[in-house]
Amino acid sequence: MPAPAQRRIIFQHIDEPGYTNDLACYLRHGGYANLRQAVTRKPEELIDEVKKSGLRGRGGAGFPCGVKWDLVDRKSGKPIYLVVNADESEPGTFKDRYIIHQDPHQLIEGIMITCFANNVKQAYIYIRGEFPEGARILEKAIAEARAGGFVGPNILGTGYGCEIYVHRGAGAYICGEETGLIESLEGKRPYPRIKPPYFPAVLGLYQCPTIVNNVETLCHVKKIVEIGGEAYAKIGTPNNTGTRILCVSGHVQRPGYYEFEVGKVTLGELLNEVCGGPLPGRRFKAVIPGGSSAKVLRFGERFKGKRKIGNDLVDYDWGVEDVPMDFDCLAMIGSMGGSGGVIVMDDSVDIVAALANINEFYAHESCGQCTPCREGSLWMKKISARMVHGEARTEDGALLKSVADQIAGRTICAFGEACSWPTQSFLAKFGDEFKAYPESRKAAAAPAVPLA
Amino acid sequence: MTSPAKTELVTVNIDGKEIAVPKGTNVIEAARLVGVDVPHYCYHPKLSVVGNCRMCLVEMGMPAVDPATKAPVMDPATGCQKINWIPRPQIGCATNASPGLHIRTQTPQIRDCREGVMEFLLINHPLDCPICDQAGECKLQEQSTGYGRGYSRFVEQKNVKPKRTQLGPRVTLDDERCILCSRCIRFSKEIAKDDVLGFIDRGSYSTLTCYPGRKLENNYSLNTVDICPVGALTSTDFRFKMRVWFLKQTNSLDTESSVGANTVVWSREGVIYRITPRRNDAVNDTWMADSGRLLYKAVRAESRLTAKDSLAALLARAETILRLSPGLAAVVGSGQSSVEEQFLTRQLAHALNAPAYLVSRTAEGDGILVSADRNPNVRGALVTGLVSDLPQPYLDDLGEAIDRGDVRTVVSVGEDLMAAGLSATQLAKISVIQLGTQVCASSVAASVVIPTLTVFEKAGTMINQQFRLQRFAKAVAGPVGAFDDLEVLARLIAAAGGPAEPSDLAGVWTRLAAEIPALRGLSYAAVPETGVVLDASPWASLPFVEGESLHHRPALVAASA
Repeated sequence: MPAPAQRRIIFQHIDEPGYTNDLACYLRHGGYANLRQAVTRKPEELIDEVKKSGLRGRGGAGFPCGVKWDLVDRKSGKPIYLVVNADESEPGTFKDRYIIHQDPHQLIEGIMITCFANNVKQAYIYIRGEFPEGARILEKAIAEARAGGFVGPNILGTGYGCEIYVHRGAGAYICGEETGLIESLEGKRPYPRIKPPYFPAVLGLYQCPTIVNNVETLCHVKKIVEIGGEAYAKIGTPNNTGTRILCVSGHVQRPGYYEFEVGKVTLGELLNEVCGGPLPGRRFKAVIPGGSSAKVLRFGERFKGKRKIGNDLVDYDWGVEDVPMDFDCLAMIGSMGGSGGVIVMDDSVDIVAALANINEFYAHESCGQCTPCREGSLWMKKISARMVHGEARTEDGALLKSVADQIAGRTICAFGEACSWPTQSFLAKFGDEFKAYPESRKAAAAPAVPLA
Repeated sequence: MTSPAKTELVTVNIDGKEIAVPKGTNVIEAARLVGVDVPHYCYHPKLSVVGNCRMCLVEMGMPAVDPATKAPVMDPATGCQKINWIPRPQIGCATNASPGLHIRTQTPQIRDCREGVMEFLLINHPLDCPICDQAGECKLQEQSTGYGRGYSRFVEQKNVKPKRTQLGPRVTLDDERCILCSRCIRFSKEIAKDDVLGFIDRGSYSTLTCYPGRKLENNYSLNTVDICPVGALTSTDFRFKMRVWFLKQTNSLDTESSVGANTVVWSREGVIYRITPRRNDAVNDTWMADSGRLLYKAVRAESRLTAKDSLAALLARAETILRLSPGLAAVVGSGQSSVEEQFLTRQLAHALNAPAYLVSRTAEGDGILVSADRNPNVRGALVTGLVSDLPQPYLDDLGEAIDRGDVRTVVSVGEDLMAAGLSATQLAKISVIQLGTQVCASSVAASVVIPTLTVFEKAGTMINQQFRLQRFAKAVAGPVGAFDDLEVLARLIAAAGGPAEPSDLAGVWTRLAAEIPALRGLSYAAVPETGVVLDASPWASLPFVEGESLHHRPALVAASA
């Protein structure tokens, strides 16, 4: 069966010749029509549409967007803030930056609809420090939108006003964690907050109720308002509605970003057909399906169990290639859809070195607030780096896993899982390579890396 | 006056033990009440909760209820309500008591969590306990013994960080020992209101430091040393001086102002090495000012007064002077004396039929733990009847009396008359019997100097700004040639022809309890460690100089509010 065709909703105009990121072009393509329509409706209706749509957050956790909005404390009398998480920092993920660079008004329209629906008067776009160009484009786009009456004190003559501010981060992965982001936005070190009591929906930015949504999620909100929640829910698969942008990087013929209906494409179709398969003479060895913190999958392993389709429990017996790319199926096989960053490794990859690379990243990015992640991430980095640099011991694999086990589930934020899942899964799937590593390092010379 | 709101009690279950605690009490404190130790580093009862050390992880559960009917779900095995345990461990410091909360601290998972956190805290810690000042009072040592694995799996290089940063004039930082609990940062921000500390860099390379161009030099900086659970922050004064396990601890008071912060004096073989705060939730919480910690330096100061003569010889000379000009004496008492001494000072004034003065000592209060009244015990002088009004800024009245020739002899109980406002000319006109511990203009001019004891060398009580009667105990013996204040005063009374007064604490307290209405029924031994608040109504209209500070709202301020 050939791979299904892409369905570009969010990336409809990305890379389209002649499509520019200015307001005029956006308006020519029907821009802000959804906002015009939205402000004539009741805010509760809009929230209902999003709830009906079944939209799940595209930032990583896949939390239902409508539920998130529902949790917001609307009785406190405090202002409600919207914070747009444009910190896109999970390695292997590069979707939000294309929206920001090439179609910023789509995001702004999504933001304004969300703000109107939730009675938000101030929205902040927290954009990562490494996106200076993106920040400039957003500033320009917001200025244009303000001039056009889409942002500002009196939106489209309705009397409803809302401002958007762009806040640039200073280059830290942890600023993608919503409470760390909020701290950073408040001008402090981005130390994630303890939950309870600091749930953003109640005690968020400046201790006010706050909605934190990913860039792609807000673009979906715009689409939902356009076609209606029920129509949107028909896209994709049940409980995994809509489309999703998959960012494929690594050892495939055609890496890049692809937008599919969620769950309609399998990992095998994506890699072999859409991305053209492995590089010449190579075979796939491993794939991380949802950004570098997701658990790795090893080609050749099989996943068996029962899953619910409609009202029936159906047996499944999948190889890695057979797994549908949706939140639930990837969770079922012990990994996650995460941020949609698919990282592919072929048989040229030294799996210990790959883990060392990931560990280095997480050790560098641990904020240092709580003990297990702060000390554990650097320890794992030190162990794996030492292994790669020739002093591997047979017991190092077991030690790595034990260290990772001491982190996950015991930290303030999800970084604990993010930094320990790679180690745990690499050891679970490739434990043999770790065990054999000291010997293999003695025997083999460093493999020559072909330069493309 | 409004009565404090009744706190709602909730019953929680910790390791199978049920206890009722005020709603909102956190698990660490609740566990303490049932004798269960929940180890922790970053949590401090007087600071905000950050939950960063992860040492206090516990298992938490709530009684199960049917989601639809809200009826309790019973466990057929036990016959009790089923408990839904949260699979992930929770931090005790941020988990507050709610009805039916169940906590387990002794499960394999929690043991593993604690071993894990201990191991993580130690891998980059220098383990230089043999040369570390914190050894003996180090939470890392204690909890590693109690909850650690006892062996190391770490074969990598440890992180390298600055070893001896002078954060300020009194605090030295060893960053390698720091476990990044942020207690000192929170203290500086929340209590001292001097937000100078912070972390730079990130991850395991995070480093505690001062804001560029600033110093940790506020008058509360040494509290950061007290609350540092490890040997990262050390007192520059105490560093490398003494092992803490050799030191004797004596409960005392900070006498630098009328706040009366509770303290512990640490001494060995008659030498004091440091003073630290003692917790009193009604007075100073767990804090004290740096200035109060240096008071012990007076004990062995160059200027310390001692006598070569015996007390009997000194008293004989004093008696001669007192007899020279009967009826023309004055007594200058001190707000730095203890209640007992002030009582005997009053008795001395009675015996001499002389007016009693008190020396005022005021300066700006800091709104925290140093009040505007720098005398620790002005209220003692009021309560004992030594004086009936607040002291004047200077002894002008006494000066005029001297100038008129109404006063020819002054007994100064520990006060420098010159500093208190008398001129050299006035001093020259009178005979001074000076009691005291330090050389001063007054002692130089005095006819008789009777050296006495510092607050660390005797016991007694003082009454702070809240009219709280508090005890201090004797930490070290006084030097040769200095005499106990009570004995000196009792014998001076006798020399002045007064009645026999007791010269020991218990004896004076028998007199106090009988004679002073506010102290009726009390005894020295009966005063609790946290003090006892006296009835202040007789003095309610006096314009006390203290402003608002930690746990103190002046009556006048409170009334006008």
